[in-house]
Amino acid sequence: MAEPSRRPRRVSPVLLALPPLLALAIALPWIAEALGTPASTGLATRMAIYAIAASALNLVLGFGGMVSFGHAAFFGLGGYTVGILYAHWSWQEPLWGLIPGTTSLPVTLLAAMAVGGAGAALIGALSLRTRGVQFIMITLAFAQMLFFLFVSLKAYGGDDGLSVRRQGEFPGLSLRDPAQLYWLCLGLLVAWLLLLRRVTRSRFGQVLAGARQSERRLQAIGIAPYPYKLAAFVLSGMGAALAGALMVNYARFVSPDMLAWTKSGELMIMVILGGVGTLMGPVLGAIALVGLEYWLAALTEHWQFVLGPLLLLVVLFARGGLMALLRPGAGA
Amino acid sequence: MTAPLLLVEGLRKRFGGLCATDDLSLAVRPGELHALIGPNGAGKSTAIAQITGEIRPDAGRILFAGRDITRLPPSRRVRRGLSRTFQIVQLLDEATTLENVALAVQAHQGHSFRFWRDARRDERLRQPARQLLLRAGVEAALWEQRTGDLSAGARKQVELAIALAAAPRLLLLDEPMAGLGPSESRAMTETLRGLKGRLAILLVEHDMEAVFALADRVSVLVDGRCIASGEPAEIRADPAVRAAYLTEDEEA
Amino acid sequence: MALLLEQLLNGLQLGVMLFLLAAGLTLVFGIMGVINLAHGSLYMVGAFAAAWVAAQTGSALLALLAGLAAAALVGMAVELVVLRRLYARDHLDQVLATFGLILFFNQGAILLFGRQPLFVDIPEPLRGAVEIIPGVPYPAYRLAILAVGLLVAAGLYWLIRHTRTGMLVRAGATHREMVRALGVDVRRLYTLVFGLGALLAGLAGLMAGPIFSVQVGMGEQILIMTFVVVVIGGIGSVRGALVGALLVGLSDTLMRAYLPALLRGAMQGPDADALAAGLASMGVYLLMALVLLLRPRGLFPAHG
Repeated sequence: MAEPSRRPRRVSPVLLALPPLLALAIALPWIAEALGTPASTGLATRMAIYAIAASALNLVLGFGGMVSFGHAAFFGLGGYTVGILYAHWSWQEPLWGLIPGTTSLPVTLLAAMAVGGAGAALIGALSLRTRGVQFIMITLAFAQMLFFLFVSLKAYGGDDGLSVRRQGEFPGLSLRDPAQLYWLCLGLLVAWLLLLRRVTRSRFGQVLAGARQSERRLQAIGIAPYPYKLAAFVLSGMGAALAGALMVNYARFVSPDMLAWTKSGELMIMVILGGVGTLMGPVLGAIALVGLEYWLAALTEHWQFVLGPLLLLVVLFARGGLMALLRPGAGA
Repeated sequence: MTAPLLLVEGLRKRFGGLCATDDLSLAVRPGELHALIGPNGAGKSTAIAQITGEIRPDAGRILFAGRDITRLPPSRRVRRGLSRTFQIVQLLDEATTLENVALAVQAHQGHSFRFWRDARRDERLRQPARQLLLRAGVEAALWEQRTGDLSAGARKQVELAIALAAAPRLLLLDEPMAGLGPSESRAMTETLRGLKGRLAILLVEHDMEAVFALADRVSVLVDGRCIASGEPAEIRADPAVRAAYLTEDEEA
Repeated sequence: MALLLEQLLNGLQLGVMLFLLAAGLTLVFGIMGVINLAHGSLYMVGAFAAAWVAAQTGSALLALLAGLAAAALVGMAVELVVLRRLYARDHLDQVLATFGLILFFNQGAILLFGRQPLFVDIPEPLRGAVEIIPGVPYPAYRLAILAVGLLVAAGLYWLIRHTRTGMLVRAGATHREMVRALGVDVRRLYTLVFGLGALLAGLAGLMAGPIFSVQVGMGEQILIMTFVVVVIGGIGSVRGALVGALLVGLSDTLMRAYLPALLRGAMQGPDADALAAGLASMGVYLLMALVLLLRPRGLFPAHG
């Protein structure tokens, strides 16, 4: 019997380009300084944050085949966790008389992920009982519920949102410096991507990919897909909440806009623009969309008039997104 | 006489006005190859869906190895040792042949809440998967191909390998010959002959040549109920079967 | 009592508006299998076209015709240019492509009409109020909307039950492949159905003009509620859309009317009002989640 050959390992150009790109990303604040465009650091920070959120969505959408139209809910939950903990810290009045407020970043980030994960567990447990269009719509419905909940919470600013006037504190870092905040976000993005890489290749990841392709097949080998899909949904919600928490630290502001359904749409755009179900796709998509919005907005007030049709063209004619352009010929 | 491995008693299922399964009873003994035949529309698919757990019966019960599995979901039945293949092959088409079988091995080894190790290089999954592929007669040249690209015959064989991964006590084969060419069909018959005796097989099949060549016993399903059950020779001679089934089959 | 009656009528009126939108959306869902987020844009197109023509000519009749024509034409153009390419795609592609259309239409409306809301007068003959029961006046215009909505529902029922097109529509919603196999010119049927849906969306938009203001973004607010209606009713079912629309219209209106008073019994005035508004907004989504959890395919599932 012939020794079964291993699949020849394709080293994609994307993978080869990663180390120099990462070095470039680390050096970015200095380059921005040297070029006299320090604002670029802020732009790059937003890109890194959205990259975390988009990759989180991609875990359920691309790897698990669950089209969630409500991921802004978890992004917003993460953001509001930071905002509310700050508010109670500044009022010096514990939340529900129990939980003291704080501005310590490690604490608020973990709390945000816990809240996002809990929210995703609840929403996912209910939503995953449906599928197809109904799943898309029920995730949207839950996100809308949270949106209106935060609109109605006047104590935390309601419609107007909540300003976070004090930067989170991270031991050893001074986050008032935009470059240090950027490095923190970049570091968390890299860590998140490494985690996703592990998870999608693990036994768990194989089941998730199986659930995307044929739930009937999974049942027939003795696996009930529901708990695995739910676990992926929770992990994804935690990632989106982490991104939301970082966004509030960056923007120093949280409002219901973070949970708006258009935000869920934007996250989906990033995923599909970059490449559904690929590790680096959502990162590219986030960079592209945030960058595109930035440049188009600088050109014309009516940038959405251009972005809309552009999006349409990408969906209609560029299947597989930017990742497919970068590695032509490679199968998915 | 040994206790049956699979015992179906008084199964009923109605869809609106249509009685798809009407007081169906059936027994499969350990180790036998039991064929389930019947003309089109006899209710074979509905019966299979109830035995595998995809449809819940309105009445009646299903015992497997002496335990009631009537209300168990499909995945739990598989874990009890009731494995199945599909009439229309269900594979993970984006994955390779080996990955498909490795996932089934993984499912059999226990829960899959393992997030860290790379499963695609795990020899504890790949080695048993290769054994199963050999057992099901899948050529090694196909192991690294995407199952979406395989021929109909190869896909049926891969599915058989996957079904065997659950180490079943009863294998339910839903028309394994359907859609196969003559030579593929013969190869499948040989593969099944090789499996025969090591585990019980419930074979649902239209190909009468294969059925009478392989089966230890045959049950005939007409209008949702079992009208005859016995050895192939008895079934061939049974007037009720001839009236309801074989004549119609000859006319067709 | 009088207040309750008024609120019930308001709820029904919101319900028929939602029905006009949901009928088209659910047919497009059911027959073509497409999620069309841009359906709200057609509502906006109808509203803007009617408002603009009304301002230019002062004729309510011309405004009505312009609103209907604009929505139907834009709808059919969208079907021909974009949606047709999405029938075979998965829901993700459909959501994103039509999301792109929303950005395009909204920004286009800003380019043409600016960000300021347009205000539309109620047509002369409908300006007064009618006493529905002695001592309870109700605006004639809102009653007219109610009447139009119910007429359309009856018309759709007739169209779907008693015409050949309707037969195809019914068959298309349950057995898509079969209709194709019958050799029907499916493409023309699709364009027709889409045009009809757009027409109804435009009708809803132009009737909404005098009640709400005509502005960019009006389509999305009501679109999401329409999706709630469609999903509650069961995708592809016009009957479900009617039941869902009335259910959503009534529950939303009644919650908005009565929740603040209920909550004020338990907490401070302004806080109670804010929370009540939030809860009322959440209400319809809660309703949808409940319906889906009990009946994952909606109240009247069309597909077998």
